[in-house]
Amino acid sequence: MRTLAYRDVVDAIKNMVIYATTHLGEDMLQALKRAYEEEESPVSKAVLAQLLENAKLAATQNKPLCQDTGLAVYFVKVGEDLRIEGGGLKEAIYEGTERGYREGYLRASTCDCFTRENLKEKVGYNLPPVIYFDIVPGDRLEIEYAAKGGGSENASRARVLAPAQGIEGIKEFVKEVVSDAGPNACPPYTVGVGIGGTFDYAAVLSKHALYREVGSVNPDPELAQLEAELKEELNKLGIGAMGMGGTQSVLAVHIETFQPGRMCHIASLPVAVNIQCHSARHAHISL
Amino acid sequence: MAEYRLTTPLSDADVTQLKAGDIVYLNGTLYTARDAAHKRLVELIERGEPLPFDLQGAVIYYVGPTPPKPGEVIGSAGPTTSYRMDSYAPILIEHGLKGMIGKGRRNEAVKEACKRYKAVYFGAVGGAGALLAQRIKAAKVIAYEELGPEAIRELVVEDFPVVVVNDVYGNDLYEAGRRQWAKV
Repeated sequence: MRTLAYRDVVDAIKNMVIYATTHLGEDMLQALKRAYEEEESPVSKAVLAQLLENAKLAATQNKPLCQDTGLAVYFVKVGEDLRIEGGGLKEAIYEGTERGYREGYLRASTCDCFTRENLKEKVGYNLPPVIYFDIVPGDRLEIEYAAKGGGSENASRARVLAPAQGIEGIKEFVKEVVSDAGPNACPPYTVGVGIGGTFDYAAVLSKHALYREVGSVNPDPELAQLEAELKEELNKLGIGAMGMGGTQSVLAVHIETFQPGRMCHIASLPVAVNIQCHSARHAHISL
Repeated sequence: MAEYRLTTPLSDADVTQLKAGDIVYLNGTLYTARDAAHKRLVELIERGEPLPFDLQGAVIYYVGPTPPKPGEVIGSAGPTTSYRMDSYAPILIEHGLKGMIGKGRRNEAVKEACKRYKAVYFGAVGGAGALLAQRIKAAKVIAYEELGPEAIRELVVEDFPVVVVNDVYGNDLYEAGRRQWAKV
């Protein structure tokens, strides 16, 4: 049994939160540069230039890339042979999140659904986070983090299709969601598509698909081809950067299925589309 | 597409020259307000009570900035999605509001109010919060401090860059841009 100190987990999460919200990942920088080079509309090209300039400025000044520093969303894999010493793992994630958001001068964006009262006093600064735990063999702790903004969540959707609708039905649904998102959710988008499992799990898969490195190839060749086809078709919508019209509406499409077996119920075809804005702030740590 | 440099408060003449797609550099004062503050402003108007700032010719910026670090004027300060303010905007426009800055589509009621009362909707680049903060030279909370990031702030800006999305003639940059570049 390997042990990990509670304090080390808190510090690692805090540092990850502050770094990820101020430094755009190398994969995203490359994707935005490529979009800038390929964009045909001068207006959208100018927007992309501003986004690259913003990323440079944020990193230099350690200033948040965007004022919406999101809900903190974690996917956590805990090794069966790992024990946290000095406190609970969930508690450590809460404390690391709160300290990261507070000490990094990030925005506290959690509120009561009904009264809309900010939860920073009642629950904690930008608490609670959303956490998905998984237990895996081994003695490591893997934590994936995203600062997920409200605008792009508002444009996301889940639907259970009839099996007969098949791949064509999935494509139509993805196109519908991205077309409706249009200028609202800060394009160019990364589009996370979750397929399979249950109604709820398809949405979790669509969220997790966004943590994949932008521009990486799906290991399932059939899905890799579907991703490429979808990207090409979505870029024909003409949305452009910030919706001002252009050829670069989508940076990547990432599809994730329920494993093993790309499973779903014999009666269902659940599909969810999670939209990611161009300020895709993701990071992971392995302890 | 033309470029303009305008100073607030905006007049009818200022806004009627603008067309969707024009680039505008705003100078002077902007007021920040999001959903919660809009709700309160509309309630004040309905009760016939004075607003915390003068609405005549005013420009409202839909933003909830991050907290400033010590020594900073403001934290990151890019636009939030505008449709959440659609149900409140027309009554503010009717009472003198001349400009709104945000991102994303507006509904027909807002576009109609822009035409009837001569107001414009500007888009700023969402997700460019660090860059836009550089154009903000002063910031102070003037109302509803308890709303935190959603409080009403008075911002002094220099050459704050925006694009005209909805003009007083009913044009819409998002629709026009998509029509021009769509291949389906």
